[in-house]
Amino acid sequence: MALRLWASSTANALKLSSASASRTHPLPSPFSLSRCFSSVLDGLKYANSHEWVKHEGSVATIGITDHAQDHLGEVVFVDLPEPGGSVKQGGSFGAVESVKATSDVNSPISGEIIEVNASLKETPGLINTSPYEGGWMIKVKPSSPAELDSLLGPKEYTKFCEEEDASH
Amino acid sequence: MAPLMKLVRLRGFPILQQLHLEERMLRTTSANWCIINDGTPSPAIVMGLSGKVPELVEAKSVLRDHIPVIRRFTGGGTVIVDQGTIFVTLICNKDDVSDVQPFPRPIMSWSGQLYDEVFKGIADFHLRENDYVFGDRKFGGNAQSITKHRWVHHTSFLWDYEVKNMSYLKLPTKAPEYRLTRDHTDFVCRMKEYLPRSEFIERTIKSIEARFSVKSINLESPDIPSSEFVHTTRLLTEQELLDPCTIQT
Repeated sequence: MALRLWASSTANALKLSSASASRTHPLPSPFSLSRCFSSVLDGLKYANSHEWVKHEGSVATIGITDHAQDHLGEVVFVDLPEPGGSVKQGGSFGAVESVKATSDVNSPISGEIIEVNASLKETPGLINTSPYEGGWMIKVKPSSPAELDSLLGPKEYTKFCEEEDASH
Repeated sequence: MAPLMKLVRLRGFPILQQLHLEERMLRTTSANWCIINDGTPSPAIVMGLSGKVPELVEAKSVLRDHIPVIRRFTGGGTVIVDQGTIFVTLICNKDDVSDVQPFPRPIMSWSGQLYDEVFKGIADFHLRENDYVFGDRKFGGNAQSITKHRWVHHTSFLWDYEVKNMSYLKLPTKAPEYRLTRDHTDFVCRMKEYLPRSEFIERTIKSIEARFSVKSINLESPDIPSSEFVHTTRLLTEQELLDPCTIQT
């Protein structure tokens, strides 16, 4: 999937002009910038609790967004469930630890957990360095695919993050 | 109108029970809570959620001296607490503290502002890399747990401590930069050298009252959540202390 970088802007926090927070010029790599802007990928759906879901056929992959990992800080531990359990939309399925805090991770959809990312046990920092790829957390067989319609698209999630950052 | 905060004042309440109460307050109620517990009856080691016993604790002496080791539900480091520790916990609905983003650093910063007022005119207080310090000496350790709509920020304040108890803890591999290579006794300080115990507690309540409408609740109140809950916080077994491959959580 081509990475299209939407600037979920921290321009307000950085006191940059809006011209700097361009959303119309895709950048060659999300990591070629200093990390001023969080990346939001096309083709994913997003929860307002900052999780993403990629739905491919009968499997949905779930993780936390670049915005979330940036605000959480260095992730040092990930607590994940066992395969075979179930998740409910909006319910917590695990937690990440960063900067003295444990933070719940909530599932954007309901379903059966079919796979868990075992790499996160040894390398929790994948959530920081690769939130949409190597840092995926669980794979789920969705029980109600229509739930995806209630989630945010990339543009809506970008706007949500900007508004959240601007209001604090 | 300021949001309501229910205040529970305790004295000598065992820390394991306090942590269980906090989890229930966080997960099963929708109220804002402040717990102030003036000491825990006997020494206990309290590790963060991901703490690894072999890296943090001198297991042999802990077992020899029957010091309980607790794994708590929040993140962060390892402390040894006793009668000289004052615990202050704040549990908040994110919407009742709407100027604070529900992430670790903004919550930590907000707490720093609250305690700025507590120590104003008394000591050179700072929030430094997530610790509360006077100058460059730590006197309070913090930890948090953040759920979808609520968060807890709790602190163990070193009113006083026994030097011998520090020997149960190893020097952590991950330490704040400002610690440099200092051992425990050079890194921490005692709050009792700065203000009376009761004054600290009263000033803390006053600072909270500037932000919330505070209502005192006792443990017998029906507002206190019942103990039927599967807690994450737990006492580690002797086997877990002895076995380097301690199962976490």
